[in-house]
Amino acid sequence: MSPVRLAKRIPLADYAAVIGDGEIEELRTLAKPLAGRTVEMVNSTAVGGGVAEMLNRLVPLTEELGLAIRWEVMTGGEDFFEVTKAFHNALHGEPYHADPKHFEIYRAYNEQNLKRIPLDAEFIEIHDPQPAGFIESRRAGKGHWIWRCHIDLSHPNRAVWDFLEPYVAKYDGAIFSSPEFARQLPVPQYLLYPAIDPLAEKNKDLDPEFIDGVLERYAVDPSRPILTQISRFDRLKDPVGVIRAYRIVKRYFDCQLVLAGGSASDDPEGTVVLKEVKEAAEGDSDIKVLELPAWAPLEVNALQRASTIVIQKSLREGFGLTVSEALWKKKPVVASAVGGIPTQVIHKHTGLLSHSVEGTAYQIRYLLSHPEIATRLGEQGHQHVKENFLITQNLKRYLTLFLIFSQGIAS
Amino acid sequence: MQAAQTPFEFFTVASLTRIGNLSAGTLAELLAGLEQCSDASIFHHTFQTLSSHHYLTEGFSNDFAQWVLADANRDALAEQLAALDIRDYTSIAVLRQDLCRVVREFNAVHPEFAQQQALERFYFCESLVVTLPFGVTARTLDEFRDGVSRLSHSAFYFHLISSRLRLQLRTNDFSHWLANSLGLASLADYINRIDIYTNTLDSARAKVLRLVDRERRKHEPSPTGEAHPPG
Repeated sequence: MSPVRLAKRIPLADYAAVIGDGEIEELRTLAKPLAGRTVEMVNSTAVGGGVAEMLNRLVPLTEELGLAIRWEVMTGGEDFFEVTKAFHNALHGEPYHADPKHFEIYRAYNEQNLKRIPLDAEFIEIHDPQPAGFIESRRAGKGHWIWRCHIDLSHPNRAVWDFLEPYVAKYDGAIFSSPEFARQLPVPQYLLYPAIDPLAEKNKDLDPEFIDGVLERYAVDPSRPILTQISRFDRLKDPVGVIRAYRIVKRYFDCQLVLAGGSASDDPEGTVVLKEVKEAAEGDSDIKVLELPAWAPLEVNALQRASTIVIQKSLREGFGLTVSEALWKKKPVVASAVGGIPTQVIHKHTGLLSHSVEGTAYQIRYLLSHPEIATRLGEQGHQHVKENFLITQNLKRYLTLFLIFSQGIAS
Repeated sequence: MQAAQTPFEFFTVASLTRIGNLSAGTLAELLAGLEQCSDASIFHHTFQTLSSHHYLTEGFSNDFAQWVLADANRDALAEQLAALDIRDYTSIAVLRQDLCRVVREFNAVHPEFAQQQALERFYFCESLVVTLPFGVTARTLDEFRDGVSRLSHSAFYFHLISSRLRLQLRTNDFSHWLANSLGLASLADYINRIDIYTNTLDSARAKVLRLVDRERRKHEPSPTGEAHPPG
């Protein structure tokens, strides 16, 4: 195992244009007492997924501020990742048949990795359940160990949680993305929102010509309202429900619907859902169902920027960072009040929440009828993201966490 | 222009949210939570939240009011909770008393609503606050202006609003120093009257800077070489 090689670096100073010099100066002030202190981040993948994406940005910025940060990735065979995928789904509340062999595989890979990874930093942050067992290697009184849970633990499968909880209880603290994702634990629990990078391809400013080009490529008419949902073709994202809401809106407004997500070729369930979506959309050329190659960040960015309203009609959701992506682009958002969405969409302030197909349709109609309100929600949504859900805020919260632990005021 | 004997020291402020063990699904449970939660929790959902939502200048006041409005669907109670102005409070204990009183009175008049399930639960959290010297001090109005213009949002809010709790006075760090160390009582008073509920932190800061600039102009030498009289 060796530390992860990081992708392209973006210097901290580049963010001054987005958040202001004062905020950058504040980050430097907070980091000063932490200069040279060691931090270790451990997760289970270097590429793909939100955690790796976040660490790819966070680690170099932390390093630039003078902390000695290292990012390690645990390794495992197919059997390990099958088990942890099953654990992941079970922790989200999906059915799971407890198999003692699974727990053995988990323990074996954790032990195997521990032989190779030096866990000797002052601040050790273990991400998600896969490496949670690393805590067993902790030497008494050494380092501050924090478990960062990126998933919703509000309704976990009992068997899996009973297996993991003794590990979690040995940490000095646990971090969750939303208060409702947390559990009653004997250790302090902290709130850290996931974050988007305003300078990443998915979020950076785009030339209008590029946006026009994307619309032309997908035959989307820029002169009529565009409703968009960006998400995987997954039943929990309710793409068919979005089509039903659109059909209600269509009675009143000559609008178009864009449903865009990653290619479903490697996901058997995604293929089925995509087929259902295409069937539901059949006969209406104003519905564009787009399978984007590997999420094509620039195209997602362009589609969000071209949208009149962005929808996120999930039935269940983790944090749902696509909402922050849309808000960052000053788009009015209509979204379901599930998971981390209400944290991002403060009803009537930074967007509108809904609880049904009909409610979603009503809120869209309301915004199409009141463009001035849509504009205000978009503007305020942008500020909300700037204040709470940018990678620089994430960095500030980590520095605060380290300061709190080093000053002994964590609990 | 005179220099103060005691300099103004600017701070950097950062906070982390700690998730508590209390939550509420009804107005009755909200009241119980308000009575039991820590001072850090009351601070978090009132003082701290106003800072992190400063850009909402219409109808957002505190987390309790927002939850009552959006999740418990009780507009009248939400309005009463939102009307509590944190600038009136120099103690969390008194703020807690008033929050409890408002909810208790509503629940007494509308017992049928007190037990009604809200759409989403309210989770009581706490703020853990870290302050560090920013490394900038001011002895003159010019230096003060420079320092204010360099502050982050959270540091500006810390000095302008949260400072009431520290000072235990109905004033703020800026006004307190300007009045007591530079003798600029009138400027101090103008700054203390800035309405943080109808301003963003950016517009509030712009107002502070405008007021300071106006004061500086009063002290500029006139063409005859004399400073304008203060006032």
